[in-house]
Amino acid sequence: MFCLWCHEEIIPDITWKNVFQFFGKDRKLCEDCQQKLPYIEGPVCPTCSKPTEHGEVCRDCRTWTSHPTLGESLIQNVSVFSYTPFMKDIMAKWKYRGDYELVNMFKAGMEKRFKDNFHKQVLTLVPIPLSKTREQERGFNQAEALAGLLGLPMIHALARVRNEKQAKKSRAERLQSKNPFQLKHRMDTPVLLIDDLYTTGTTLHWAAFLLKSAGCPKVYSFTLIRS
Amino acid sequence: MNPQTKKTPMSPLTPEDPLYSIASFCEAQLLLRQELPLTDKNFEELQLMNYLQETPGIEESFTGYVCKRCGNRKNHWFGKIPQKPSPIVYCRKCIEMGRVSSFEALYRWTGPQTQSPRIENPCHWDGRLTKFQRNCSQRILEAMTTREPLLVWAVCGAGKTEMLFEGLTAAISRGDRICLATPRADVVRELVPRFHRAFPEVTISALYGGSEEKMEGAQFIIATTHQLLRYEEAFDVMIIDEVDAFPYHADQSLSFASERARKPSSSLVYLTATPRKWLKWKAKLKLIPTVFVPARYHGYPLPTPRFVSTYRLSKTLEKDILPPSIRSWIQGKTKQQRRFLLFTPTIEIAHKLAKITKIECVDAKDPDRIDKINRYRNGERNALITTTILERGVTFPSIDVAVIDAGHKVFDEAALVQIAGRAGRNADDPDGDVIFFHQGRTNAIIGAKKMISMMNRLARRK
Ligand SMILES: [Zn+2]
Ligand SMILES: [Zn+2]
Ligand SMILES: [Zn+2]
Repeated sequence: MFCLWCHEEIIPDITWKNVFQFFGKDRKLCEDCQQKLPYIEGPVCPTCSKPTEHGEVCRDCRTWTSHPTLGESLIQNVSVFSYTPFMKDIMAKWKYRGDYELVNMFKAGMEKRFKDNFHKQVLTLVPIPLSKTREQERGFNQAEALAGLLGLPMIHALARVRNEKQAKKSRAERLQSKNPFQLKHRMDTPVLLIDDLYTTGTTLHWAAFLLKSAGCPKVYSFTLIRS
Repeated sequence: MNPQTKKTPMSPLTPEDPLYSIASFCEAQLLLRQELPLTDKNFEELQLMNYLQETPGIEESFTGYVCKRCGNRKNHWFGKIPQKPSPIVYCRKCIEMGRVSSFEALYRWTGPQTQSPRIENPCHWDGRLTKFQRNCSQRILEAMTTREPLLVWAVCGAGKTEMLFEGLTAAISRGDRICLATPRADVVRELVPRFHRAFPEVTISALYGGSEEKMEGAQFIIATTHQLLRYEEAFDVMIIDEVDAFPYHADQSLSFASERARKPSSSLVYLTATPRKWLKWKAKLKLIPTVFVPARYHGYPLPTPRFVSTYRLSKTLEKDILPPSIRSWIQGKTKQQRRFLLFTPTIEIAHKLAKITKIECVDAKDPDRIDKINRYRNGERNALITTTILERGVTFPSIDVAVIDAGHKVFDEAALVQIAGRAGRNADDPDGDVIFFHQGRTNAIIGAKKMISMMNRLARRK
């Protein structure tokens, strides 16, 4: 086996303790790279997973609660990793170079966080869509790739309205811009939205708002990174 | 499309021709669609004219996949993107240069070619070569003219760049395309201005990861080896600098790339101060013509390393204590106001030593690496702790060097000879102190000293 990130050969250190575990699931990362993945630990905002000093609700979320239209749409966001320089390098290679296989780096972390937060609920996964052109360029949708790691029912309930250049807008402009999504399927059971990044939360709030206004009872989101 | 159309004899394009710009941009290369500076309309037209040929990026053979850009055949270096009806297969090995996949083809220029200008007397260097350099320079000139291979085995500080000038002068006046490949971007950055000064009328292009400079139809390319992966039958003269620094045995794609990048009839010049075993054998068996340059350009011998056995070196460092022998060496240098480099085997030891001694340290992952090296180079700092990243290619005029834990496995014979070669580079101060602190002499330590003594003997004899 070779480490998915640094390509260092992984020499499994087989002892009686891990011999079963080792054959059960193959390792994707070397010890070093595994250690460098910034798994979020310690107190976080209960609503969005942003690390806060005593686990109190963060400022972003207090702002969201008072939002006139989108405020109540998303119940909670859970994220797996924080956005360190190491994570930025991985995202650049995964998304912009298009090295699809790197998604497997996140499998263990995604599974663990999912189990710790959502195991009691019956949820349908809804990946945040990409624009058609972007998906064709890249060859894949990163949100769908992440959702695929969890091995649960997935429905493509949303579509992009048009190619929005979100990155170039200010926060205020982004908040005012119209909903970037349209509904492909109505959902009448609880939904877990899947995306790679939770930055301002705008994308996910719009998606949740759309699903809820079409009758979806509960919307949560699960993102790879809280930046 | 007929694959036989690859080389069509056509008269070379003149710079006035509307096709000149695109031809000089992409000839003799394998490029992705997004690397071609063409609108969709022009792209289709050129394909219809058979001037641009599409070739699959990934081929499937009975043994598995092959990447047509980097030559990768290892299964674990291929990735799959799920897609209907069949997954996209892509090469992970060369993905930093843009993704090659079963859906992303490569394109080669099959239209009329351009011709580099023939410049008479392009060389403006007016220095003088030593006796050893003159002999070597002559051999390089012959090899480049007769399109023969040549191994140049020249000690650190022999002045190999200047020895290339004569051969390159002839090559440029013939209109040859030239490539100098080197393992590291630092070396590319150091060499480019020197060649610019020597050959001011020649178009020279520097290619390394992160450099966006891409000159259309540059006659002379100075590049890191990865950049060669885009070229196919492009060069009449191929110079491979520091050939021993390439992990050739470990990384076959680089030797694949340098072979594919040169024309079938081309000259191949290897430069090295510390050839690895296979190349030494080839030289010994006369499988490759070889020229030795055992003396430095200033004529003084290479500094011979001293060995200092340091008991429990790594254990002592682990406890944040500097072994007394190392401490007194550093104090001595500081008192004499000698500038020095301390080489450590690992990043951890570099950091540890920096913490104890308060001397600045650099390693490959350091974001301030270039600044720190510059501070040392321009004399703001008198000492620097470094991992093997400064082992070769970079020159500081008048320094001493110490190797901490010289018996560590990262210090092979070549590395130790290279490190010793950092000292005494200046004609005004040709003696440098080279010291190896070790916990037992390894074959590499003994071999390095032997190699240095042998070169010094050869230099005296001739
Ligand atoms: Zn790794
Ligand atoms: Zn929050
Ligand atoms: Zn490749």
